[in-house]
Amino acid sequence: MPSINAVLRCATVVLAAVAALAVPGESHAQLRLDITQGVRDAVPIAVVPFGGQAEGGPSDVAAVVANDLAMSGRFAPLGRGDLVARPVAGAEIRFEDWRLLRADFIVVGRVEPEGSGLAVSYELFNVRTGASLLAERLPSTERGLRGTGHRIADRVFERLTGIPGAFSTRIAYVAVTGRPPSQRYRLVVADADGHNPRTILDSGLPVMSPAWSPDGQRLAYVSFEGGTSAVYVQQLATGERSRVSARAGINGAPAWSPDGRRLALTLSRDGNLDVYTLDLASQTLARVTTDEAIDTEPEWSRDGRSLYFTSDRAGTAQVYQVDLEGDRQARRVTFTGGYNARPRISPDGRSLAVVTLDRGAYRIGVLDLGTRSLRVLTDSRQDESPSFAPNGAMVIYATREGGRGALATASPDGSFRQRLSSEQGDVRDPAWSPVAPRG
Amino acid sequence: MTKRLEWFAIALAAFGLAACQKPTQTLPEEAAAAPAPAETATSSGIATQPETRPAAPLTPQQQALAALKQKSTVYFEFDSNEIREEYLPVVASHAAYLVKYPGARVRLEGHTDERGSREYNIGLGERRAQTVRRALLAQGVADAQITTVSYGEERPAVEGFDEAAHAQNRRVEFVHAP
Repeated sequence: MPSINAVLRCATVVLAAVAALAVPGESHAQLRLDITQGVRDAVPIAVVPFGGQAEGGPSDVAAVVANDLAMSGRFAPLGRGDLVARPVAGAEIRFEDWRLLRADFIVVGRVEPEGSGLAVSYELFNVRTGASLLAERLPSTERGLRGTGHRIADRVFERLTGIPGAFSTRIAYVAVTGRPPSQRYRLVVADADGHNPRTILDSGLPVMSPAWSPDGQRLAYVSFEGGTSAVYVQQLATGERSRVSARAGINGAPAWSPDGRRLALTLSRDGNLDVYTLDLASQTLARVTTDEAIDTEPEWSRDGRSLYFTSDRAGTAQVYQVDLEGDRQARRVTFTGGYNARPRISPDGRSLAVVTLDRGAYRIGVLDLGTRSLRVLTDSRQDESPSFAPNGAMVIYATREGGRGALATASPDGSFRQRLSSEQGDVRDPAWSPVAPRG
Repeated sequence: MTKRLEWFAIALAAFGLAACQKPTQTLPEEAAAAPAPAETATSSGIATQPETRPAAPLTPQQQALAALKQKSTVYFEFDSNEIREEYLPVVASHAAYLVKYPGARVRLEGHTDERGSREYNIGLGERRAQTVRRALLAQGVADAQITTVSYGEERPAVEGFDEAAHAQNRRVEFVHAP
């Protein structure tokens, strides 16, 4: 297969033009995904509509797989109109046809009844050689077909890139409707492709900073519902929640320790913000920073032994690291630019996604912790809240589109970006879930 | 390469259509808008009267409060928590009221514009609220009369992404109880 790492920038999509192409009959209540910067040599792949189901329905498995692969930025699925045939099994594929279409790979499959439910069989082939690369049969249900599609995309992605797919994950974000000063704030959890959104908190006062527990079953977040800020932890399956910190002053910026037992968070005394850790079982609080500056936005190192955080102790916001044991002397981590904030660690622990001031604009950067070099991934004016996908292949962040908040993703090498735009309301503060069993 | 894929959603969630499957916490509209720090008006006895009471003449304190509400916001320069000279009289008038009515309470709400990181902006808004708090203390207001909250960039006064909007959003609001 061609090198998918070669980074060649290609055309930027004009969003207005894309909007004009909207399919008739689409609900207004949708979030659109537009690839705003793509990799020119994304791998062409044919994902043929699966047998046994109608094309174009909400649980069209092949459409789910193709969407996921396109969202990764590394694949360019052929349009349905270009598909010359509809094979549903390997034996039906005439590889020479697909070579003419310049597809490098092809996915075929079918949905069949099995017992009281369904089974989805699929196969992945190399078009040039005709070699079978994957063949599986997955149990499913009518309602579970989208999830099965994400699992297939995960497998195909891993087979072709060597990187586990992250399509079976979820995102949390905050959606805001209404105009100041009467806005409503909703905390939403959706599949990673934006489907199946559900509101888990709905408030007339700000909700912010959702953070996934390492097991993917709980969200910590900040809510101002009592008139002041407090940190809550909510079980997604049951909706049960507890207020874990409502101390005088600020309670903010929760981040889970890798073992899920502690939260790092920001508290204030007389207006001075410092980073603390809170043991959830014992409610033991430990102060981590003592500087008079703003110390906030903690993030755990992968080994759980240190915290990264934002501080303006040197005059401007920069990222520091402090060991939780020992002398607790903070070491500065960012040196490029006049503003670096909100660090989020990559799954391999080797880099930090940050908000960085780049030529007068707030953008998303990725800092290589080994070389200390900072790569700016985005080119808009007000980007914030970066969060890595659990496979490290993408960063989700908040941006602006036409004066509204929107979500976007970018590959950590900066080669690929796409925007997820909402037609109604602002969306912001995204957090990508860990890989976890689906609830 | 130009791909355009359909994402169902967020607005679905925004309209709560998707909320029917699993538990959602829904909070009342005004859950917190009035966290009036207790019944404070022990000395005046007036503070707890509902403002909607029809024909009762305004007490001196109510009159003073009504006048204060004309100017109850201090605006800040970008990345600054310094009270500009033009707002010193605003702070002074609120301080004078709080000194005169020791039972009165004020909540200082600090805000920033949208630029930069959200939680860091909570810190900047808090810094602004604390600056105003210290100015009130310096003018004789009792610490117990003042509470602060920072909303950072979460509760803008106006929509908009230009400097004019930013300037109106970088602020501390005096919210008096009652």
